[in-house]
Amino acid sequence: MIEFLKQPWAWYVAGPLIGLTVPALLIIGNKSFGISSSLRHVCAFCMPANIPFFKYDWKKEVWNLFFVFGIFLGGAIAINLLSNANPIEVNPKLARELADYGITNFNNLVPQDIMNWQSLFTLKGFIVMIIGGFLVGFGTRYAGGCTSGHAIMGLSNLQLPSLIATISFMIGGFIMANLILPFILSL
Amino acid sequence: MQQNTDTEKDLQLRELDAMCVNESHLQHKWYHNLKYLVVGVLFGIVFVKAEVVSWFRIQEMFRLQSFHMYGIIGSAVVVGLISVFLIKKFNIKTIYGEPIKISPKTFNKGQIYGGLIFGFGWAITGACPGPLFAQIGTGATVIGITLLSAVAGTWVYGYLREKLPH
Repeated sequence: MIEFLKQPWAWYVAGPLIGLTVPALLIIGNKSFGISSSLRHVCAFCMPANIPFFKYDWKKEVWNLFFVFGIFLGGAIAINLLSNANPIEVNPKLARELADYGITNFNNLVPQDIMNWQSLFTLKGFIVMIIGGFLVGFGTRYAGGCTSGHAIMGLSNLQLPSLIATISFMIGGFIMANLILPFILSL
Repeated sequence: MQQNTDTEKDLQLRELDAMCVNESHLQHKWYHNLKYLVVGVLFGIVFVKAEVVSWFRIQEMFRLQSFHMYGIIGSAVVVGLISVFLIKKFNIKTIYGEPIKISPKTFNKGQIYGGLIFGFGWAITGACPGPLFAQIGTGATVIGITLLSAVAGTWVYGYLREKLPH
């Protein structure tokens, strides 16, 4: 059983389990699935700075911070107890493209060749980790949700705004990955 | 009465972003929140084992080189849709006996502008907010900096909110 769990899980196992998070959170406490809100609650908690958007009672949303702390712990459990030694399988076409940018280490979930503490202070590392993170935080809040809140929770509830947001996420991702990221990775 | 208006105002403020309104009239001790921690742990394990948090899987998705992520998001939505349908049809209540409420989303242009901006960030970092937490858990400590930067991005959005087109 444990050996079986250690293999990478197929999409048709993982997708339905992720989908079940929606009813699970609703039934155990009337909570709508959404992760990026946690970033807003951190702002409201640490530095509301009199900004109306952050002046609310964040304690009422503290469940969300428990949830994301759980995701962090889940990541630690999976990697320490349920991981196998094999590198991540990557589409050969992608592997060839990435090799051109000097990305050849597929042993981790993140590409260690570009995401590490040393490269943080290079232009490429700065763009990938700091600018990239900034765009994630700014964009998700501007859009009012991320993949979980819009693409999964919103679409499950047949919300048209969530469909528009999801399509926008995908268009943005396609433009970045195919047209802009190659230049960033070549730096 | 004063308290009532305050609660009302606070609720409206949090409704600015429909995904974070979870008003319950029940008061619970803090440890009731531990059940969300447990759901988060299970969710985080799935994230890592299905490689949803892998930068490489996201790159494949945006280059149409793999079906994996489409299969995951697609089947998650189907299961979510059926669940929400059943909850509404059979009027299923929470474990505390409250009726289940899901706030609708209203359209504004932020979903397009913000959506595109998030899409850019998603393709660069290979992570949406959830995977950032899981990646740090897997030992990629430098992603903590990416997470802090995402918090900064959220803060700057809040600061500029009135001036941005919505």
